Amino acid sequence: MIKNPNAGPMSFLGFFSLSLSGWLVLAFLVLPILIVLPLSFSDSRYMSLPINSLTLHWYQDFFGSTQWLGALFNSFSIAILSTVCAVVLGGLAALGLSHERLPGRRFIEVLLIAPMIVPAVIVGVGMYFVFSSLGLTRTFGGLVLAHTTLAVPFVVINVGSALSGLNQRLLWAAASMGATPWICLRKVTLPLIAPGLISGGLFAFATSLDEVVVTIFLAGPDQRTLPREMFTTARESLSPVLLAAATIMVLFATVLLVLSRHLTHRKENAV
Amino acid sequence: MTMIALPLPVAARKNYRALWRAYALMAPLVLFLLITFVGPIATLLWRGVADTELPDALPQTALALKQWDGRSAPDERLLQPFAQDLRAVSSKDLAAVARRLSYEAPQMRAMLTAAKRSVDSLDGSAQAFATLDPRWLTKETWQTFKRATGPAGSFHVLSALDLKHDYNEGIVSKGEEGLYRSILLRTFAIAAATTVICVLLAFPLCSFLDRRTPRTRNLLLLLLLLILLPFWTSILVRTTAWMVLLQDNGVVNTTLMYLGIIDAPMRLLYNRFGVILALVHVMLPFMVFPLLSAMQSSNKLLIQAAYSMGARPVFTFFRVYLPQVLPGLAAGALMVFIVTLGFYITPALIGGPGDQMISYYIAQFTTGTLNWGLASALGIILLAVTTLLYLIQARLARGRSQGTH
Repeated sequence: MIKNPNAGPMSFLGFFSLSLSGWLVLAFLVLPILIVLPLSFSDSRYMSLPINSLTLHWYQDFFGSTQWLGALFNSFSIAILSTVCAVVLGGLAALGLSHERLPGRRFIEVLLIAPMIVPAVIVGVGMYFVFSSLGLTRTFGGLVLAHTTLAVPFVVINVGSALSGLNQRLLWAAASMGATPWICLRKVTLPLIAPGLISGGLFAFATSLDEVVVTIFLAGPDQRTLPREMFTTARESLSPVLLAAATIMVLFATVLLVLSRHLTHRKENAV
Repeated sequence: MTMIALPLPVAARKNYRALWRAYALMAPLVLFLLITFVGPIATLLWRGVADTELPDALPQTALALKQWDGRSAPDERLLQPFAQDLRAVSSKDLAAVARRLSYEAPQMRAMLTAAKRSVDSLDGSAQAFATLDPRWLTKETWQTFKRATGPAGSFHVLSALDLKHDYNEGIVSKGEEGLYRSILLRTFAIAAATTVICVLLAFPLCSFLDRRTPRTRNLLLLLLLLILLPFWTSILVRTTAWMVLLQDNGVVNTTLMYLGIIDAPMRLLYNRFGVILALVHVMLPFMVFPLLSAMQSSNKLLIQAAYSMGARPVFTFFRVYLPQVLPGLAAGALMVFIVTLGFYITPALIGGPGDQMISYYIAQFTTGTLNWGLASALGIILLAVTTLLYLIQARLARGRSQGTH
């Protein structure tokens, strides 16, 4: 906001209180995560401050238990498979959607984005009904299908926005020089929308890695994922191993965030 | 639309091929979503209105019930087909009917079992039923039956709103405690409180960020990254973090005790306070981004103009500044409200039994007590409210983007 030229001598108070409240809210946002994660290195099993001595004990527990390691492995394999499915299906659909005067385009768009908006519990219950009659509950494949469904809107949106920024003249130029649509797609469109595809894939990966509600409905005892394991553990009792798992998840989230920032940064520089 | 009416030039034939190609590209995903998304949602909608147990198991009774007006005394026109059906029905199908009827009247399970056991003595006369159990001749019993004659009906949806269909007075409130209405109210209250607090916290934060001059742009980027980090951190991780902070010997309690503000640990976990605190923390970034973009695109010259004409700060804020950021504020607040309505994980971990929201009960009825009709009906209500609010939100967001261009 603009400084009031008629402001009296006390106006610095207003600015001061605004800055103070701004920093306080920022602290509220960031501090809980920044305080809790170091507790996973604390010796005390009560997860309280101050930290007396540091230990990697809880990480040893995490990486020493087949239960947590299995969950980590499951999470990653499901995330990778559903990312691949979401990028292929979502990328193709986004290419189709980019056609401007398509009858029913808005309707299809809403359908493709809807899994992102409908509350997770509703998707979970509906999938539970349908998947159990198809014999897909308690299977690895069922979870991959479910995660793909939830992740695909992010791919459609990211690739769609990359396509809308695509310079049409490049395609005309290629076509005018005799390139077939297939060559156009492979040599012109795909390289230009690659950042959109990759960031959509990162979003899809992060979505699958985080997803817990639908997983609770569909997963059997053999499909424990890391968030599901954290949820059931947190329901029973709090333990520092949980914080170790949380720290590992934050680490992944940060890596994904930095990667996606890096991509958008490069895109801005290229323009 | 007008395109079709025009005579097609030769080049347009190629356009048709492009159209088909576009549809073909979308087909795999659309088919995929039909199975994994549209099908499940449709199944949920159907199960919320389906009432097939009774017509499947007792077909003749169901037909007779359709003829009955629900008000006159039950007579042999109902009892006769019922006695016949009872003889033919398998015990598995009868158990399904008993379960469905017991949602409304728990005594029906025992009545049906007893009737099936002594089915040979039931010749369909009122006398025989009366000797078995006088309740078989009451209107209430058969009204319960009639409400279950399906194959589709409003029973589950009405139950989810603590309503029932009465054959004399139409749709009436159930006499007992408003169980599900209080769950709905609680869900709305928690979401509303979360939204209001998010607005109150996001406003100073965004004005503070909006004041950054180009000189401090790098600091702004760093601060935005700080807001993005919790946004990217899993909800589960953030909820666990709050559980650790708020527990009896957690960081918050020990700090307050160390500072001498309290003597004994306060109970911060497993109550409404903890739930709303954690929800606000989870939802705040959803509020910050639309509000900040509205503030950044607001016209600051107008404020300068107001000041130059001697307007006081409070007047300037409410009459000049607030109207400019209000659409962004409303869009963000609605988004927070919508997403909070459907929350499951955070209240399940941080709340007590009295702080669970509608999603918890949907999950509970689906996998716990197996009352799929009621689970689906609650799901329909949540879906309807979410869709309605989302349409309003989309309109607000669209109005905003048109306004700035």
